[in-house]
Amino acid sequence: MKKKLLISFVVMASLMLGASFAMARDLTLGLKGEPTSLDPHFHNVTSNNENSLFIFDRLVNQDYRQKLEPGLAESWTPVNDTTWEFKLRKGVTFHDGSPFTAEDVKFTIERIPNVPNSPSSFTFAVSAITEVEIIDPHTIRVHSEKPSPLMPRNFAAFNIVSKKAAEGMTTEDFNSGKAAIGTGPYKLVEWARGDKIVYERNENYWGKKLPWEKIIVRPISNDGTRVAALKSGDVDLINFVPPADMKHLEKAEGVTLSKSSSTRLIYLHLDSDRDDTPMVTDNDGNKIKNPMKDVRVRKAISKAINREAIASRIMDGLAIPAAQMLPDGYEGTSPNLKPEKYDPAGAKALLAEAGYPDGFRITIHGPNDRYVNDGDIAQAIAQMLTKVGIKTEVNTMPKAVYFGKASALEFSLMLVGWATDTGEHSNCIGSLLHTYDKEKGYGASNRGRYSNPVVDQKMEEALVTVDMEKHNKLLIEAVEIGMGDVGIVPIHYQVNVWGTKKGLSYHGRTDGYTLPYEIQGE
Amino acid sequence: MLAFLIRRITQSVIVLLVMSVLVFVGVFYIGNPIDILIAPDASPAEYARAVKELGLDLPLWEQYFIFLKGALHGNFGNSFVYNEPALKIILDRLPATLELAFTAMVMAIFVGIPLGLVAGIQHDNWIGRNIMRFSILGFSLPTFWVGLMLIIIFSVQLNWLPSGGRGETTEFLGMHLSFLTWKGLSYLILPATNLALFKTSLAIRLTRAGVQENLQMDYVKFARAKGLSNTRIIGVHVMKNIMIPVITVLGMELGNLIAFAVVTETIFAWPGMGKLVIDSIGVLDRPIIVAYLLITVTMFIFINLIVDVMYSILDPRVRLGDQR
Repeated sequence: MKKKLLISFVVMASLMLGASFAMARDLTLGLKGEPTSLDPHFHNVTSNNENSLFIFDRLVNQDYRQKLEPGLAESWTPVNDTTWEFKLRKGVTFHDGSPFTAEDVKFTIERIPNVPNSPSSFTFAVSAITEVEIIDPHTIRVHSEKPSPLMPRNFAAFNIVSKKAAEGMTTEDFNSGKAAIGTGPYKLVEWARGDKIVYERNENYWGKKLPWEKIIVRPISNDGTRVAALKSGDVDLINFVPPADMKHLEKAEGVTLSKSSSTRLIYLHLDSDRDDTPMVTDNDGNKIKNPMKDVRVRKAISKAINREAIASRIMDGLAIPAAQMLPDGYEGTSPNLKPEKYDPAGAKALLAEAGYPDGFRITIHGPNDRYVNDGDIAQAIAQMLTKVGIKTEVNTMPKAVYFGKASALEFSLMLVGWATDTGEHSNCIGSLLHTYDKEKGYGASNRGRYSNPVVDQKMEEALVTVDMEKHNKLLIEAVEIGMGDVGIVPIHYQVNVWGTKKGLSYHGRTDGYTLPYEIQGE
Repeated sequence: MLAFLIRRITQSVIVLLVMSVLVFVGVFYIGNPIDILIAPDASPAEYARAVKELGLDLPLWEQYFIFLKGALHGNFGNSFVYNEPALKIILDRLPATLELAFTAMVMAIFVGIPLGLVAGIQHDNWIGRNIMRFSILGFSLPTFWVGLMLIIIFSVQLNWLPSGGRGETTEFLGMHLSFLTWKGLSYLILPATNLALFKTSLAIRLTRAGVQENLQMDYVKFARAKGLSNTRIIGVHVMKNIMIPVITVLGMELGNLIAFAVVTETIFAWPGMGKLVIDSIGVLDRPIIVAYLLITVTMFIFINLIVDVMYSILDPRVRLGDQR
């Protein structure tokens, strides 16, 4: 008996010891997305940007609420209206041991627009720059033609690569690891595409030293599989816990969930520009003049939507009703805007006032594989609109088909999502509310073609106002006018959920990234 | 035999050509990949640049001919998403899929055929009936459900096997393979079982039907009359006859396993090409989709050819040269 006890004690102890050793050394992350490349300048898409932050650093970092904080640059100050000075951190080395200097920054800025075959580049972040002036190895001045208040924000969008390692290298060289040499907290060991990426701790990292010697990132796109991997202990952390699994994971032993609101806005675009819109008819099926040109109709649509019900029932509580394009508290958001109250009677009254007492027919379009519960949200909205007299049909389709058609303006009312990388409001206003303008590059995703010259003018003025207080005030005015006009109908912000094994915690980030230096171990 | 081969190869080339046109046109009409690939806040100038760089501004026929010219030199174009040759990306993933498919096939053959034999010989008692019940389950349960059940039972509840991924691989003849180490093998068991289930049921049913049919035949009675042992009658004579339909069907099914292991690969996060092509369809990565489908067609043609040749070896009455 004693012997048995002793044996089991030894076995237990060694198991626990083994477990705690494994905890101290390795961390396995089960993430929904896989990067398409390890070239940080090749493809501006979430999973690439997320993984690049394991290997590389940026001059300016964004904290978990997307506030700016020092990265490879210790400070930044405007020298005059068109010049920013960045003081670079000293004593930082790349993974190959070579020192980080101003030359690397200059090289990076010059490389960004010249990555061949890039399906979506970071050119937006550097296009305003006319000259990069090296004052000394740790000071640069960045010149632009027009005042650029967002320059530090732009520097928080891209990673710094090593001139020595990356000069003349292709995207393929980054993928193979040859050129993937950064200053970041982890070094790349291996990328087995589709299976895993293995990182090893950078012992000379300038920042906080992390407890994990090795991090393994495993792409697990299937929601059920990702949850199972966490429950079986194959991975230590997963992102994008599906709403349907929340309840049983909350009860599961050894699993902790953490929620974080995100900047992912789900909204409706309504065709508010053309007289003739493709998906609207009167109740008998005859063509009518586009009713959504009338702001009262747009307001009625917004009032008819029960955001609380969508958040609690369709999103299982993982959504926050939205009033503008970024959650409260972000730069350039208005404190005066509140989510539109559910008011079906008010919506009916507005419709009658606008000359549609019996409503009209419309089709709402949406993707069914892009956002959390996107198809269901479209269904719910259709029912809510039908209830106030706008007889709404639903047509959802895979994103591969949907976005092309939406951009070709084939729809009248569409469900879309928006997530800003910059973490401030001008990016949203410029893309969604500003008049579509090919020359100036604004309104790129303004698929409703809402247009208001006052909004345009205020936003453009903000973009050349370096005084941040004035800058933000202009943005707030612009967004208040745009939302007052119902340029878009905001529905909600998604809430992201991470699941971790006991002993680990992650507070989550509004940009949805899972970053190693923010995962807390014991 | 030679004339047969030449004719088959010419036919295959035509099939491939027609396929390539169909696939290319089909993929072209689904949508424009740039709308998904590009960041939504990209400026119109950036949009135009990306369209031009990826060659999407050219008319359809010109894109097709550029593709065809490349394809004749073995170059299916660069993936839009990965910016590496489409063929290379697919071939990188091929060993994982092949390994999974062959393991599943081996399981189906070594479990299915013996069970089918037993079920055929003992068709009127409980063993035979239970085997048949199992095969009905294997046929009718959806793959994704069985996959999730396997994960819940063997990974989450019992914690015996990993829930997904590929684990450790060993390099062998330039390919990374899992089944050479126990640790690697442990990752292979669940997905292979999941994939093998349907094929096992198929093998059981085919074998059982063949056994029952053949046992009624005169040659069996004759052999019995001659005093041959039951083992020899079934093991040699009956087996030889029932293997023909089994090989044909399983041969075709092997193609299916390789080409359409998609569901299993997705559930088990297995990094094979089925998962790759699903991801690629999601973002309309045209070069990968086109190359993948053409590789699949080539593979089916090739498997068909092998099946026909094996057929003629098993049954000398089948003469390949005479087929029209």
